[in-house]
Amino acid sequence: MASKQETLTSEKRNKTIASVILTIICIIWVLPIVSVVINSFKKNTFVKTETFALPNAQSAAGWSNFIKGMTFGNYPFMAAVANSVIITVLSTFLILFFCSMAAWYIARVNSKFCKILYYLCIFSMVVPFQMVMFTLSKTADTLQLNTPFTIPIVYLGFGAGLAIFMFVGFVKSIPIEIEEAASIDGCGPIRTFFRVVLPMLKPTLISVGILEVMWVWNDYLLPYLVLDINKYRTIPIHIQYLKGSYGTVDLGATMALILLSIIPVIVFYLALQKYIIKGVAAGAVKG
Amino acid sequence: MRVVMIGERYMSSAKVKKITASNSRIRSIRHWGLLFLGPVTAAFVIGFVWPFIQGIYLSFCQFRLTSDAKFIGLGNYAAAFADPSFRYSFWFTAAFAIVTVILINILAFAVAYVLTQNIKGSNIFRTVFFAPNLIGGIVLGYIWSMIFDGILSRYGTSIVMNSTLGFWGLVILVCWQQIGYMMIIYIAGLQAVPEDMLEAAKIDGASKSQTLFKVTIPNVMPSITICMFLTLTNGFKLFDQNLALTGGQPFKQLASGDTIHQTEMLALNIYNTFYGTASVARGTAQAKAVIFFILVAVLGLAQLSYTRKREVQQ
Repeated sequence: MASKQETLTSEKRNKTIASVILTIICIIWVLPIVSVVINSFKKNTFVKTETFALPNAQSAAGWSNFIKGMTFGNYPFMAAVANSVIITVLSTFLILFFCSMAAWYIARVNSKFCKILYYLCIFSMVVPFQMVMFTLSKTADTLQLNTPFTIPIVYLGFGAGLAIFMFVGFVKSIPIEIEEAASIDGCGPIRTFFRVVLPMLKPTLISVGILEVMWVWNDYLLPYLVLDINKYRTIPIHIQYLKGSYGTVDLGATMALILLSIIPVIVFYLALQKYIIKGVAAGAVKG
Repeated sequence: MRVVMIGERYMSSAKVKKITASNSRIRSIRHWGLLFLGPVTAAFVIGFVWPFIQGIYLSFCQFRLTSDAKFIGLGNYAAAFADPSFRYSFWFTAAFAIVTVILINILAFAVAYVLTQNIKGSNIFRTVFFAPNLIGGIVLGYIWSMIFDGILSRYGTSIVMNSTLGFWGLVILVCWQQIGYMMIIYIAGLQAVPEDMLEAAKIDGASKSQTLFKVTIPNVMPSITICMFLTLTNGFKLFDQNLALTGGQPFKQLASGDTIHQTEMLALNIYNTFYGTASVARGTAQAKAVIFFILVAVLGLAQLSYTRKREVQQ
């Protein structure tokens, strides 16, 4: 009895120690973000010299970094935000809609063509982007897929692999009897898919949707190579442009833009956290 | 529908009826094949299949644009292997991948293990650790370049002036980004370890570390497989963070006249060969890309099959 008491208290003590260590790591983990916030309110010259100090009377820049950042680099920041939103929303929608349809067809019909398409999809997941980047950007250029409204087609093609793989896996776990019952009740394939199968796919749609949003929103190289850069920039392209192509960079204003670009991401994360974590765990099957 | 009715009328056997029904159902789905498969197939050909095939072909050509390609055989591959900057970036990438695979997996597993022991506030910890994953590589690179330079400027140096610092800077950045992601996968795996197995180990008098190594770890082998695969391929494919944090700097001129970018990884090396000043080198760049693809695919598959063997059959 006494020894059991002892192990219980020592276990409790261990847990407290673990909590303290984790709290410290957590604080270290958020420091980079905190330093972005601090530095976005500092004048340019102080960012490098007093990176970890709070803005003081001398170094504080108020909101001027944000105002300056809006038109920084001869490109309106809001246009970059708009482009990023358009591309992300359209691409995710296209991928979810067409890949779920294709996956259902592949899982149910299973013809030779279906099998070839399915294995090509899996194959495409291990191909690094550098392998196709030059030829893909030229193909996209020829087909005029170089605007925010047409580049989602490229994303549908390059992102189809993971989406189809995940959807096929899920469709196979749906008992076929449900669909047979629907077809006996007079549902054609189209209605069976949209009224019966699609609602059951909802958890997978959310998981795949979140993975695609995270990918497309943050993607840099594909839109950089495909889009007409003088007309259309996304947020990552814009930020890379600011840092990359000018000799002297206004670090304060860059930090202000970085802060503005991660605020929506953090809001998105906190609102959908449960689904995001589930989606990541589900997406891990791609190994 | 009508076929089902005919089946009912002429064949009384329930089994035959069922087969006929499902066959006719599949036939009626096939009718709509173009609608269901058409859009994805078209986009997949544009976005992957055609660029891939063309990419393979172009690796045997000399070209500046896709339209002026001239077949030259294996010359590009010879040039790629002879390029000292390519070889350098291979070793740099390999070292980086090994270090990050070990660090990320050990740390992510440790955190996941602690978080699944009923710790108070484990949800908050999980939320915080995962958060960096939502920020893109370019932005991450600039956040960390500010932080590293804030520290290093006091010692009169910078992340872009010293390749050792650049290497470890990249390692820290990638750990900060990916530990949370792998942690989520490990948590899912740890939660799936059968409770009664852990209970049985406890009753049999197994110590905590014995339970961990003999029961828990063999049971989470599938998660370990996935995380090792992901960290390994991520390590080899790293691009955005590399471009934003160091851009390959510092540069070093060799006696032969070639320039080596001392923190340049494979993906960035290929990119620079494609879009650098010498556009005559595009054939070489495409050959490098093919080699890179084969390397990533082989490594990923080899690693997968190796760890898969150690998984517990359930």
